[in-house]
Amino acid sequence: MASFATAGKVFPRAPSRLNRRERRRLFVGLAFISPWIVGFLVFTLWPIVVSLYYSFTQFSLFTPPTWVGLANYHELFFVDDKFYITLYNTLYFALLAIPASIAGAFVMALALNVRLPEVAFYRGIYFMPTIVPVVASAVVWSWILNPQWGLLNAFLRLLGINGPPWIGSPVWSKPSLVIMAVWGVGSEMVIYLAALQEIPVSYYEAAALDGASWWHKTFRITLPLITPVVFFHLVTSLIWAFQYFTEAYVMTGGGPANSTLFYALYLYRNAFVYLKMGYASAMAWILFIVVISATIVIQRTSSRWVYYEGER
Amino acid sequence: MKGNAESLGQLAPSHSRGARAWREWLLYTVWRIVLLVVGIVFVAPFLWMVVTSLKLPEQIYTWPPTLLPAPPQWHNYRDALTFVPFGRYFRNSFLLVAAVLLGNLTSNTLIAYGFSRVEWVGRNVVFILVLATMMLPAQVTMIPVYMIFRRLGWIGTFLPLTVPAYFGSAYSTFLLRQFFMGIPFELSDAARIDGCSEVGILWHVILPLARPALTTLALFSFIGTWSDFQGPLIYLHDERLYTVALGLQQFQSRYVTPMNQLMAAATAVMAPVLIVFFAAQRVFIQGIAITGLSGR
Repeated sequence: MASFATAGKVFPRAPSRLNRRERRRLFVGLAFISPWIVGFLVFTLWPIVVSLYYSFTQFSLFTPPTWVGLANYHELFFVDDKFYITLYNTLYFALLAIPASIAGAFVMALALNVRLPEVAFYRGIYFMPTIVPVVASAVVWSWILNPQWGLLNAFLRLLGINGPPWIGSPVWSKPSLVIMAVWGVGSEMVIYLAALQEIPVSYYEAAALDGASWWHKTFRITLPLITPVVFFHLVTSLIWAFQYFTEAYVMTGGGPANSTLFYALYLYRNAFVYLKMGYASAMAWILFIVVISATIVIQRTSSRWVYYEGER
Repeated sequence: MKGNAESLGQLAPSHSRGARAWREWLLYTVWRIVLLVVGIVFVAPFLWMVVTSLKLPEQIYTWPPTLLPAPPQWHNYRDALTFVPFGRYFRNSFLLVAAVLLGNLTSNTLIAYGFSRVEWVGRNVVFILVLATMMLPAQVTMIPVYMIFRRLGWIGTFLPLTVPAYFGSAYSTFLLRQFFMGIPFELSDAARIDGCSEVGILWHVILPLARPALTTLALFSFIGTWSDFQGPLIYLHDERLYTVALGLQQFQSRYVTPMNQLMAAATAVMAPVLIVFFAAQRVFIQGIAITGLSGR
C-alpha cells in the first residue's frame, strides 16, 4: 500500500541531536496529533495491556480481579466445549463468506465496468445495502428468510423448489447469513470498480490485437491487476468475520442448536451476560493472536499471488 | 470517472459489419438484463420491507403473497412508532450523531494535519502505528475500556459513545490525511512566508480546500453512529436513552411484534440514512474509492 511505502526514514537521529528548527517542527507536529496520542494511550495501548492482565484473572463487575494464572486458558482449551463450537462456527462461516464476498464484489464490479448510461444508477442500488443499519437489515432478512412466509421461499416455490428452513435449521443457518453478507458487499465492490477503472485500456487493446478472448482478458489481465484489492479485501474480511456479531445477535441469538454461536457473540456473552470478564479477556487475546497470525500468513504468501505494478 | 470502462464491442469477433453491429447490440442487451436482474435482487429486500409495512395483519401470512396491499395501511407506521417511544430513540440517535460528528471533524482534522502538513522526525513511523490500530479487533480493548468508563461512572450515559470521537479514529484520520497530502504544499509555504501560523494555515488554507473530504467524513460518521449496535448495547441500559438501532432490536425481541409494524419500524430506522445516501451518493462512493476503505 502506498502509505506504507512512504515510511522510509526511521528515526534518523535521536531527538536530542535535532537542530532547533527540527525540534520546533517535532513539537508542532506532536501538538497537532496530541488528541490521537491521548486516545491511543487511553483507549488502545493501556486497554491492550490491561486486557492481557485480565486474561490471567477472574473477575466480575462486582469483584476485583484475582490472579488465577492460566486457569482461563486451560478452561477454554480443555473444558469448555462451546469454545471449540464457536471456533468451528466462525471458521466455517469465514470460509464460506469470504470467498463468496470476494467473488460477489468482483463480479458485480465487472458487470458495472461497462459504458452504459444506467451504470451509475445500478452502482447506487448495489451499494445501498451496505449503508443501512445492520440491525434494520437483519430484522428485514429474518422476515425474508422465514421458512413458511418469507420472500425467498415464496420465490423458490414459484420455481417449484421446496425451500429449506434457512435460519430455522442448524444446517442452513450459516449459509443464510452468508447470503446476507454477499448482499452487503457493495462497499467492497466500489473498491474493485475503482481498481478496474485504473487499468489502462491499452492493455486490452494490445490483447485484442493478439486475438485474446473476453475470458482470456478477464483472467490474464484484469484479475492479476486487481490482486492488490483482493489482498486488501481478504485481510479486512478476515478481521470482519472474526468480529461478526450483530446479525447473529439479532437474527438467531446463536441458535438453532448453537449453529450460529460465533466467537464474538460468545465473547460478548461471557463478558456482559455471564460477567466472566477475565474469561472473556482470555478469549479476546486468543482472537487477537489468531487475527495477527492469519494476517501475517496472508502477508507472507502475498508475494506469490499479489501483483504490484512496477515490480518485476 | 475515467473513461476506460471496457467496451463490449471488443467482445464480438469480427464478421461482416451488419452481423457485428447486431452481435454488439445483443451483448449490450444481455448485459443490461443481467444488471437489471441483479438490481432487482438487491432492492427486493427493501421493497418487501416497505410492502409488508403497509399490509393488514391478514395480508401478511398468505400464499401467494400480497404484492400491492390495497388500501395501504399507513397507520402501521404511527402504531409502530408510538408503541415503543421511537420518537425518543430518534432524538437520542440524532443527539449522538451530532456529538460524534463534532468530535470526529475537529479531532481528525488536527491529527491529519499533523500527519500530513507538518514534517517532523518519526512522523511516518507513528503513522504506521495509526494504521496498525485499524487491524486491532475491538474485542481486545472492549472490556478494559468498559472498566475505565465504569470507574468514571459513565455507564448508562452517552459519554462512552461520544467522548472517544474527540480523540480521533484511525480510519477518519487516514481519510483526511490522504486528502491533505494532495493539497499543493506551495500554498502552505506562501502562507508561512506571510507569517501565518500552522493553525492559521489549517484554518485559512487547508480547511476551505478540504470541504469534500470533510463532507465524506461527516457522512461516514453519521452512518456509523446511526447504525452502531454493539456500543449502545453495552453502555445503554435505560430505555429512555436507547438509540434507534437498539430500540429496533428490542422492539423485535422483547414483544410479540406484528410483522407489518416491525417492518414499518425498520423502514423508519433506515429512512434517514437512505435519504442522506441518495442526496450525496457520489461523495460516499468517492470516499470509499479514494481511501480503499469501507465504512464497516
